[in-house]
Amino acid sequence: MTGADKAGNLSRRGFLHVTALAGGGMLLGARFPLNGARGAAAATADAEATLNAFIRLTPDGTATIMAQNPEIGQGVKTMLPMLIAEELDIPWRQVRVEQADFDATKYRGQMAGGSMATPMHYESMRRVGAAARAMLVAAAAKEWKTRPEKCTAGAGVVRFRNKSLSYGELASAAAEVEPPNPRTVPLKDPKDFQIIGQAIPGVDNPKIVTGKPLFGIDVSVPGMKYAVFEKCRVHGGKVRSANLDAVKASPGVTDAFVVEPTGSAAPSPSIFQVGLPNGIAIVGDSWWLVNEARSKLEVTWDEGPTASQSTAAFDRQAEELSKQAPEQDLGNDGDAAGALASAAKTLEAAYRYPFLAHAPLEPQNTTAHFHDGELEMWAPIQTPQFARGDLAKALGIPEDGITIHLTRMGGGFGRRLYWDYMLEAALIARQAEVPVKLVWTREDDTRFDYFRPGGYHFLQGGLDDSGNLVAWRDHFVSFGEGPRFAPSAEMARNEFPQAFVPNFALQASKMPLGIPTGALRAPTSNAISFVVQSFIDELAAEAGKDPLQFRLDLLDAAAPGTRTSFDAGRMKAVLELVRDKSGWGKVDLPEGTGQGVAFHFSHRGYFAEVVQAAVSREGELGVEKIWIAGDVGRQLVNPSNAVNQVQGAALDGLGQALDQEITFEGGRTNESNFHNFKLLRIDQAPPVEVHFVISDNQPTGLGEPALPPVPPALCNAIFSVTGKRIRSLPISRHDLSWA
Amino acid sequence: MAIAFTLNGKPTTVDVPPEMPLLWVLRDELDLKGTKFGCGRSFCGACTVHVDGEPQRSCRMAVSRARGREITTIEGLSEDGAHPVQAAWQEIDVPQCGYCQAGQIMSASALLASNPQPTDSDIDEAMSGNICRCATYTRIRAAIHRAADLAQAPPTSHETATGGSEA
Repeated sequence: MTGADKAGNLSRRGFLHVTALAGGGMLLGARFPLNGARGAAAATADAEATLNAFIRLTPDGTATIMAQNPEIGQGVKTMLPMLIAEELDIPWRQVRVEQADFDATKYRGQMAGGSMATPMHYESMRRVGAAARAMLVAAAAKEWKTRPEKCTAGAGVVRFRNKSLSYGELASAAAEVEPPNPRTVPLKDPKDFQIIGQAIPGVDNPKIVTGKPLFGIDVSVPGMKYAVFEKCRVHGGKVRSANLDAVKASPGVTDAFVVEPTGSAAPSPSIFQVGLPNGIAIVGDSWWLVNEARSKLEVTWDEGPTASQSTAAFDRQAEELSKQAPEQDLGNDGDAAGALASAAKTLEAAYRYPFLAHAPLEPQNTTAHFHDGELEMWAPIQTPQFARGDLAKALGIPEDGITIHLTRMGGGFGRRLYWDYMLEAALIARQAEVPVKLVWTREDDTRFDYFRPGGYHFLQGGLDDSGNLVAWRDHFVSFGEGPRFAPSAEMARNEFPQAFVPNFALQASKMPLGIPTGALRAPTSNAISFVVQSFIDELAAEAGKDPLQFRLDLLDAAAPGTRTSFDAGRMKAVLELVRDKSGWGKVDLPEGTGQGVAFHFSHRGYFAEVVQAAVSREGELGVEKIWIAGDVGRQLVNPSNAVNQVQGAALDGLGQALDQEITFEGGRTNESNFHNFKLLRIDQAPPVEVHFVISDNQPTGLGEPALPPVPPALCNAIFSVTGKRIRSLPISRHDLSWA
Repeated sequence: MAIAFTLNGKPTTVDVPPEMPLLWVLRDELDLKGTKFGCGRSFCGACTVHVDGEPQRSCRMAVSRARGREITTIEGLSEDGAHPVQAAWQEIDVPQCGYCQAGQIMSASALLASNPQPTDSDIDEAMSGNICRCATYTRIRAAIHRAADLAQAPPTSHETATGGSEA
């Protein structure tokens, strides 16, 4: 420590030292409005917002910054503290990051989903840091009996003339300064950024590469038992009876019981719905032993109505529905039927995509301890707030009696938006009356997912005699009942090419579904992009036009003043960039090699992608390279993670397209593990070249929007070689041989 | 029944059912959480450890087969994360969720021990048993090449080169 100490400050610093040892120090929170997407109304309504971020400064100048959001691999545990540290103006090497617990009294928007962290928090987290910096400057000014405007701060030090005090020295005095209004506190000019825009490695990397416990599955608490949970293989089925005594006699088993809660089944207030669990818990001293004991279970199940559902039946039913009048109109512009009847050329095609599992590599798990009417949990969960509300209802206890410690997650991809495994763990722990760690097997995880729903699109397109797209009709056969689509089985009425085609009709019919569905990375987009961008390619071929130029022309086709769902100019820019970077139409490709293109707008991100693939005459497919151009606004917060996310999302899309499908028979999931639900492996992963257009727009998220263009771009590349259209996924189901 | 083996250089004895997979002995009996459970059937490689220097899937290896052998887990790969593969993984910023990376690093370090300068196709062949659900494969390849360079560096040049002597 340096600087002139006065007696008063010494005593404060003494106090600070004590509190620092206890994990305290200067504790700073700031009130601020939600910004960006929520707009001004939310800002006003948020005047009573509670603390939403912590900065702790210790006398040695270290800033401990709380990472408020759940980390699923999207890099948010590094990114949000970077935003705070930038405006706090402290060198990154002096920053320690800690994961915050779920705490709705301190934090807002503690959620991982929708690529929302950047648009929601880009400004608000900076304001947290800026407010703290202003308090440090005010404390220094008071010390020096000058005005704050006369002082400068940077790199963890406040200066005035020839005097300086480090943040560590100022911490305790700053903690007594009235926090400024974070809404009006000045923010840095982006040209002065020292941390934002730097490639900063993930804060947990040192622990990850040395195998330190970090994930939910690594949690261990005193007196803990292990649990497995056996559910009916038919979705929604319930236990009638089971040989619990035989299971209880198995080695290592201390308890076995039926879990059939009767608590409130009221729907969650969020869009995420989770049913109450029903099944058999086996509890004991070793996870492996309790899982071994499952093989001794003999259960009579009430399989329920979903036992009649199967993939084959869905396929047949969709085909029948396609021949009938659609159940509902989702959107109509112009006169699609009339324009199709008078078009110079028309095309028809039926597209199909399968159900998919999320398959995060860390199987679902939760550690739960129920004691004195309160519940403490350690859980890998993307939506702790919704989970807590639902847990409280299911258990009949108040929400503030539930503590959720957020663990790092071994992948999310949307699976951990749903807290079914937390409900299971809580109910098991309550009944077992000991702390319990529930761990699913890979088979549990694959079978009991909230699947990306499959879907069917029966398309018609019309071209005029100049080859312009003049009519588009999509009869979308999906899942749901009455007016409601099953979760993530809906389609936005303004999905491209709506507003870019004068005569447009989007219609839907639905099939009832007893199988749980939900959001998978880039929900709805991950499927609809395949359909739309493949059929666009078919129409370009029919028009005799270059498929990339056909898309550029189409992006120009919105009538002036038309309300489009995205900015066509931004999309054109990424399409032109990926054209140039990939050498589209310019490079001489060997016979058997071709390129395909697609673009998609989702989660506020603009992405255009080219896939180059080789297909042998015998039909062997090799994906050689992917080029990506994206636009997520004016600032990449962490360019290292940005590229990592985009490459990963693209390869995720590639894995889906190549060989992934979940199927059902008798209401049961057929697939069970990675031998029959195949994730992409390194020998299938081509290089992915990533480029960004830096546009003057708000920074937005990158977890999702790079995924959707890959499947159609790959299918379009296959067409360019083989002349075969891939109208259903996965590609592995198709014979790609050509002569 | 007591089963004795060497774990990360230290003599270790466990008293568990002999058919219990090494993975669960490591995680739940010995409290070494770095070795991960992903599939339980040797499909994903998250549970990879070294057995007498060779990469093995610990989820399907009965602990009885570890008797008298040398087991190395991610916790024992280096004292302080300075093994060239661990150093390269941090330098290249490989992880996204990070769950598979211990298994990736164990497979990669075994590869470099037998093939100090692998090509991309050597890497693809040696690493195809390790799934990365986040698909960080581009960086895994880059980090293995980088680790190969770090391991070749003169031992005086940098701390990480010392750890490289193992590879």
